[in-house]
Amino acid sequence: MKLWHFSEQSMHPAWEKIQGPTKVVVDNTLCDPQIVHELYNRYLDEWVIADKLGYNIFVNEHHASANCLSASCLLTLAILARQTKNARLLTLGVPVANRPDPYRVAEELAMIDVISGGRLEIGLIKASPFELAMSNQSPARIMDRYWEAQEFIVKALTHKGPPFSWEGEFFQYRNVNVWPRPLQQPAPPMWITASGPGTGRKVAELGYVCATFFNGAGTKPLFDAYKETYRATHGRPATPDRFAYLAIVVCGRDDKEVETRIQKVKSYLEVQPRTPRGWINPPGYESVELNARALKSGNTGRVNFGLPPNPTRQDMADGGILFAGTPDQLYEQITSFSDKVGGFGHLLMLAQAGYLSHEETVDTLTLFSQEVAPRLREYSARREQAVFETA
Amino acid sequence: MFISALPERRQVGSANIELLVKGEGRPLLFLHAGHGFDADDPLIELLSKHNKVYAASHPGFGGSDLPPGVTAVDDLAYIYLDLLEDLDLHDVTLVGISFGAWLALEIATKGTGRIGRLVLIDAVGLKFSDRETRDIADIYGTTVEELPLLFFKDVEKGLAALGQLDFKSMDESSVLRFARNRESLVLFGWSPTLYNPKLCLRLHRVKQPVLLVWGADDKVVSVDYGRKLAAALSDARIEVVKDAGHYGYLEQPQAFGEHITRFLAQ
Repeated sequence: MKLWHFSEQSMHPAWEKIQGPTKVVVDNTLCDPQIVHELYNRYLDEWVIADKLGYNIFVNEHHASANCLSASCLLTLAILARQTKNARLLTLGVPVANRPDPYRVAEELAMIDVISGGRLEIGLIKASPFELAMSNQSPARIMDRYWEAQEFIVKALTHKGPPFSWEGEFFQYRNVNVWPRPLQQPAPPMWITASGPGTGRKVAELGYVCATFFNGAGTKPLFDAYKETYRATHGRPATPDRFAYLAIVVCGRDDKEVETRIQKVKSYLEVQPRTPRGWINPPGYESVELNARALKSGNTGRVNFGLPPNPTRQDMADGGILFAGTPDQLYEQITSFSDKVGGFGHLLMLAQAGYLSHEETVDTLTLFSQEVAPRLREYSARREQAVFETA
Repeated sequence: MFISALPERRQVGSANIELLVKGEGRPLLFLHAGHGFDADDPLIELLSKHNKVYAASHPGFGGSDLPPGVTAVDDLAYIYLDLLEDLDLHDVTLVGISFGAWLALEIATKGTGRIGRLVLIDAVGLKFSDRETRDIADIYGTTVEELPLLFFKDVEKGLAALGQLDFKSMDESSVLRFARNRESLVLFGWSPTLYNPKLCLRLHRVKQPVLLVWGADDKVVSVDYGRKLAAALSDARIEVVKDAGHYGYLEQPQAFGEHITRFLAQ
């Protein structure tokens, strides 16, 4: 199993001052640039340490958010491309349905791949619904725009030879000529996020890594759909390295340490979903059929990460939201969740969340890398073998 | 309302649309607002007493198809010009509400020959103020529950006119129509938000008499916006209806209907 250290680069010092939404409309005077200066550097340090501990690196971006100070995942990756040595560098992702200019995205991706010596992994996502408020891109036909941007970027990165032109419905370029091309040929590995079987099948056709975030019970149907389509399309079974799962991971030496860390991290679960209600699902972002079903059922979206009220540690582990425990407990939680959903080869670890300090984050990463990671690698190798044997 | 399918279907250019034809008299093309409409619309009921009302769901709304490539109000305007030609209507009155009033202006600036006069009710479609001042409220960052507060003076009356927005007891097809209307209003009006920057350059082409009827309590586009629009047209006057919001024609259909009937009798 490949392990990826992820941090949302949260502005947690502002949280206690924020009433209501933590994004989109939150007052930017609550975001003290001096504090953010320290936080940016702290979070970058944690990624550099993660690299030394053998982790890979995963970054994201959000906008107008107290949960995530990274306004550009590619800026973060550009820094880490220089400052790390071994880690694979995953952006998951560039919200291309928010971006007016996918050509520029392709150029920046290629630069990062070349600077890092070919360590880039590319995840292109559509956009968070509430961030259409800032990008001003339309929620209507967002998937059509996403796929055109995605296909354009792949062509721009892989094209060799004279410039080509692109006259699509959403993007037009007279002279596409990416300098430099990526170092990894024909292209860096590609990832896409998905939560439902429909998107899963599309990702499977492309053969890209299918990543899913905090998806809990939705994960197995997604992975099953991927596997079915992957086999039908590519004529071979999908190996665990095609699947990635994101959860919060808290590691401690004993129950007391684990509990202290959970308390600090848990605030993330309360603060992160606080979106202005009108921006949770602007019309067009989801399909008409899905929106109609939601209106009819009165269910306007998953709340509380799909967890019961006052979830226990076990609820959170079973729900695939927060894996927390001593190394032994963590190994058990992660492998049993992985088994339940059909196996994943990448664990995306939100190892810093909420008020977890730098020291605690580094300690978690260190302990996990020493005590859990080797066993997870063995587990993964066994699962991979099993896929080939059953095939 | 937006609840039921319209009785007829018709092919107009590439678009297969649903259509209601009601009443006898001079032809009147009814251009619905963003939330859609159906055969129970109270204003259509009043207007059909003295006019032959043609009312279609715009492509993408209600049960009308959205043909590939139809993505802008421009496209809708050309489809309606096709409809006027197909039906060979002359001296037509355009009655548009909110988004439909914007569409009425787009139609009238593109092809003026068949149009006799226009009635614009709580119209959107133009920008008058500077770049940091919104003329038109951003209706998009709102929940379904918040919509009545934004669109009506009297929320109870408004909700009554919209089936209480009680989706649980509605037919699935009605809920689909509602969701579809919401999405299409995003498609056609997202940004620039509910206006066409080019329209002010073309407004001089509307030489017909225009009546604007405005809800005094419109929270989406103020009466002041209506006055600016009236001033920008060559032959327009405005009537203001008390106790009426942006969709005030559903709160006070009688008052709106009377203003329009008087205007058409002139």
